[in-house]
Amino acid sequence: MSIDINEIKKAENLVYKKSSVLTDKVMHYCPGCSHGAVNRIMAEVIEELDLQEETIGVTPVGCSVLLYNYIDIDWQEAAHGRAPALATAIKRLRPDKYVVTYQGDGDLAAIGTAETIHACNRGENIIMIFINNGIYGMTGGQMAPTTLEGMKSSTSPFGRDVARDGNPLNMTQIVASLPGTSYVTRQSVHTAAAARKMKRSLKKAFENQKNNKGTSFIEVVSTCSSGWKMTPAQSNKWMVENMFPSYPLGDLKDE
Amino acid sequence: MAKNRGAIEVDIATCKGCYLCVEACPFDVIDLADEVNAKGYNYAYMKNPEKCTGCANCAMVCPDSCITVYKMTIKS
Ligand SMILES: Cc1ncc(C[n+]2csc(CCOP(=O)(O)OP(=O)(O)O)c2C)c(N)n1
Ligand code: SF4
Ligand code: SF4
Ligand code: SF4
Repeated sequence: MSIDINEIKKAENLVYKKSSVLTDKVMHYCPGCSHGAVNRIMAEVIEELDLQEETIGVTPVGCSVLLYNYIDIDWQEAAHGRAPALATAIKRLRPDKYVVTYQGDGDLAAIGTAETIHACNRGENIIMIFINNGIYGMTGGQMAPTTLEGMKSSTSPFGRDVARDGNPLNMTQIVASLPGTSYVTRQSVHTAAAARKMKRSLKKAFENQKNNKGTSFIEVVSTCSSGWKMTPAQSNKWMVENMFPSYPLGDLKDE
Repeated sequence: MAKNRGAIEVDIATCKGCYLCVEACPFDVIDLADEVNAKGYNYAYMKNPEKCTGCANCAMVCPDSCITVYKMTIKS
């Protein structure tokens, strides 16, 4: 049966539209960047849980440094790697608020390693979102602690050599072993199903914070097509084949 | 038999032509246009509009929130 497209595009048939918690600013991320999808999911969760006025975010240094321009909640900008320390202060001063950090792997697992481990070990009642694209995206795709063995980056053009560069760091596994974390999971946003799952994880993390459960830690295994020098679609495929074996998706801890 | 019919609307100005929605659509509805938007990106459009079911998979993967989805059930 043929039906005019404008018959379908009516207000009563609307099933998905851009979240009202997102601002009108056009995101500066490269085409296909995982940051955009995670930002969108974060806004949708805050909207659906009706926590726009109750949530305080902490932005990192890295490609997501301007996140405060995109999600319309209160924010603080942390020095490089210090988001969990700042979030600790915010949550302790305002335990009535929901506090969420958002960091890349260079921020969270390199310069900010100490802050990450100590906040998770103390069991600060915060949510930490960890975007792991395996490199320093913002500064030109340099090798990060998370860079896989053999993975090319601008400072390991022939691939990471463990003998020279050391082993990749699995930060999520480390924080799962700490007593302060209650929920530790690894997600992705490369397919619609993965994005929906990521959304459920983030909702659960908000629920945990409400119940004073300690630190909820969500790694999002991500792509950086500019740094990886592939198209976004090729990057997703590369991530599935190469990142997932080292950083497998699923819950590491749920207490 | 009832059938789901859907439609999407792409915000041409903010689309970055990343192709992820094209890959995510299970019914080959979307493609990138030959024309470009003001930023020079080949934007997404419905190449096969009659095949859209309104599943919203495309919107779930779009990093730039450019896609609005509509869905209606048609009884025949
Ligand atoms: C104290 C300090 N050291 C180094 C830098 C340079 N710098 C900016 S962003 C960044 C790493 C970003 O990588 P990541 O956290 O993985 O985020 P991405 O850009 O990949 O999202 C570095 C090293 C800085 N801004 N400040
Ligand atoms: S450089 Fe990489 S991480 Fe940064 S916006 Fe571009 S694709 Fe995303
Ligand atoms: S709503 Fe579903 S069927 Fe329609 S274009 Fe999007 S992914 Fe394809
Ligand atoms: S996923 Fe979004 S930005 Fe990418 S091509 Fe489709 S509509 Fe455009």
